[in-house]
Amino acid sequence: MAIFVDQNTKVIVQGLTGGQGRYHGLRNKAYGTQVVGGVTPGKAGQDVEGIPVFDTVADAVAATGATASFIAVPPKAAPAAILEAARAGIGFVVCITEGVPAQDEARVFATLQRDYPATRLLGPNCPGIISPGKCNIGITAGEIAQVPTAAGPNVGIVSRSGTLTYQALYELKQQGIGVSTCVGIGGDPVPGTSFVDCLAQFQADPETHAIIMIGEIGGSAEEEAAEFITHHVTKPMSAYIAGVTAPAGKKMGHAGAIVSGGKGTAQGKMDALRAAGVQIGLNPTEAGALMAEIVKTLR
Amino acid sequence: MDLFEYQGKQYFAKFNIPVSAGGVAVTVDEAVREAEAAKYPVVVKAQVQVGGRGKAGGIKLANNADEVRLHAGNILGMDIKGHVVKRVWIEHASDIAEEYYASFTLDRAAKQHLLMLSAQGGVEIEEVAAKDPTAIIKLHINPIEGLSPATARQATIDAKIPAKAVDGVSDMLVKLYECFTKGDCDLAEINPLILKPTGEVHALDAKVSLDVNASFRHPEWEEYAATEELDDREKLAREKNLQYIGLDGTVGIIANGAGLAMSTLDVVNQVGGSAANFLDIGGGANAEMMTAALEVINSDAKVRSIFINIFGGITRGEEVAKGIVEAVKRVALRAPIVIRLDGTNAEEGRKILAEAGIPESQLTSRPTMIEAARAAVEMAK
Repeated sequence: MAIFVDQNTKVIVQGLTGGQGRYHGLRNKAYGTQVVGGVTPGKAGQDVEGIPVFDTVADAVAATGATASFIAVPPKAAPAAILEAARAGIGFVVCITEGVPAQDEARVFATLQRDYPATRLLGPNCPGIISPGKCNIGITAGEIAQVPTAAGPNVGIVSRSGTLTYQALYELKQQGIGVSTCVGIGGDPVPGTSFVDCLAQFQADPETHAIIMIGEIGGSAEEEAAEFITHHVTKPMSAYIAGVTAPAGKKMGHAGAIVSGGKGTAQGKMDALRAAGVQIGLNPTEAGALMAEIVKTLR
Repeated sequence: MDLFEYQGKQYFAKFNIPVSAGGVAVTVDEAVREAEAAKYPVVVKAQVQVGGRGKAGGIKLANNADEVRLHAGNILGMDIKGHVVKRVWIEHASDIAEEYYASFTLDRAAKQHLLMLSAQGGVEIEEVAAKDPTAIIKLHINPIEGLSPATARQATIDAKIPAKAVDGVSDMLVKLYECFTKGDCDLAEINPLILKPTGEVHALDAKVSLDVNASFRHPEWEEYAATEELDDREKLAREKNLQYIGLDGTVGIIANGAGLAMSTLDVVNQVGGSAANFLDIGGGANAEMMTAALEVINSDAKVRSIFINIFGGITRGEEVAKGIVEAVKRVALRAPIVIRLDGTNAEEGRKILAEAGIPESQLTSRPTMIEAARAAVEMAK
């Protein structure tokens, strides 16, 4: 098993004929993901290296039975693209678009909650999701992810940062530790999927035996995760929080990574997670090493 | 992007939020001209993006041209908590009967808009929150439902705003919410929101932070970008489209990805050093981006060593290495580089770096983040 996506997930790419969509869509397909179609208004009937293109998500779903969508369109178009996917009955939407206005994100999230509760949004501004050996949606380099073993122990990864996610995948691969699913929830202020959503899934997934979480400064998602872990997560965890030395009031690259009014500091987040029984690494390598130790005890 | 008070007020005015007549001045003569136009008495207010202006002497009342000259002369160039005052805002002094507080932000945890309203304004809202949390009402607003006049009115009553001000304040809330949402603000705050003896409600201050992701639908924001307080390094980085934040340390940082860049700062700190900057060159890390990044770092006189921290995902190690070699050839660097290259095809990348013929004193490679940080910090001593 894996969480959110697996070998049965059928993916369409909204923006398949654009630069990003084409590049990553084809990479995802080459990885073995079932990329069954693309959507670009006005380009129905065309194909991208054999992948059929449709005018609308509804057409694509009707023709292919797609269950997931990968959105790689510019920020202006992303909110409408997400809602179009939801309207067409897509259950899992991955939006990698960086630069979507926060007001739009808040409206999209509220609309999904009210009108399309069956649709889960991952992102925007996220690297995507990979269930190694089964399905890769987004920009993760599949080759750095270790395929899980039936016997385990396998690790689930959830992260707010792209490159630090890769780092975690890579360190586990160096140690020969399999990954059930790696979810990049993204660095924006209103992510469609939160740490808590992923932790709940990992806790319920029999193929996941331990969890690595990578957070960063800004907001209170890590504190909410700590609260959830205390009451609902029994699987061992290690974590790393980026931004201990980040100056207050400055956005550190990600729209959501900012310490404001003394809130959202790395120290506060680490303290909360530690209190919830999570082992904290002071850098990503240390969090990986801690996980390697945890896995040894599970073997 | 944080706006100065005068910009915030101009922004408010676009949404029909009442603000005092006034103007911005960068010289004493201009200040007098604006004061004459606004009519005495006027308030001369330092335009800096930091709290505590009043206590620092950055806000003064003036009854005539001589007083404007005196105060504007003192305030222009004043250093308030490290912020040098370049402009003053001159506005007609308002008579104040009462002071309230109102703000809209996005509550990230609830994923909804948040109204904070208090009948106790004019002081830092954090102080009010600490002293008497019940004096502030917090109301969540569903972003797709918005704020109705009826809800705004109820919130005003709940916040114990006196009856005589309820109409004015609830009307103000609806307008401020419009500014917050249609105006794409991260924060829209009025403190104090005043009641005049004549019964009008009025924004005496303006704190506005704009969501730069929405710039594409706000061409009018360009004038705000022009007055952003950036140091020379940050200006150069902006020109080169780099995600850069200037800091005070001695180790220049280049990393690919915001998270990794933040993490690099942390690791440098962990081994006893201090970072000169935050710089994310993005996923590609090609020769052009690397050259631009090295030029910006090189312009920082404090930098004693440079730590390049790259994790190759889709971008392969050998491509990154070629980019670095090319960039090092283009830029006459003042400080040595320590590079940590890991991820996809890192071995091949390291080989290219080792065989590029760049002397060890100029470029060395370390296999892990922590070892590279140690080497960079050692060189910066």
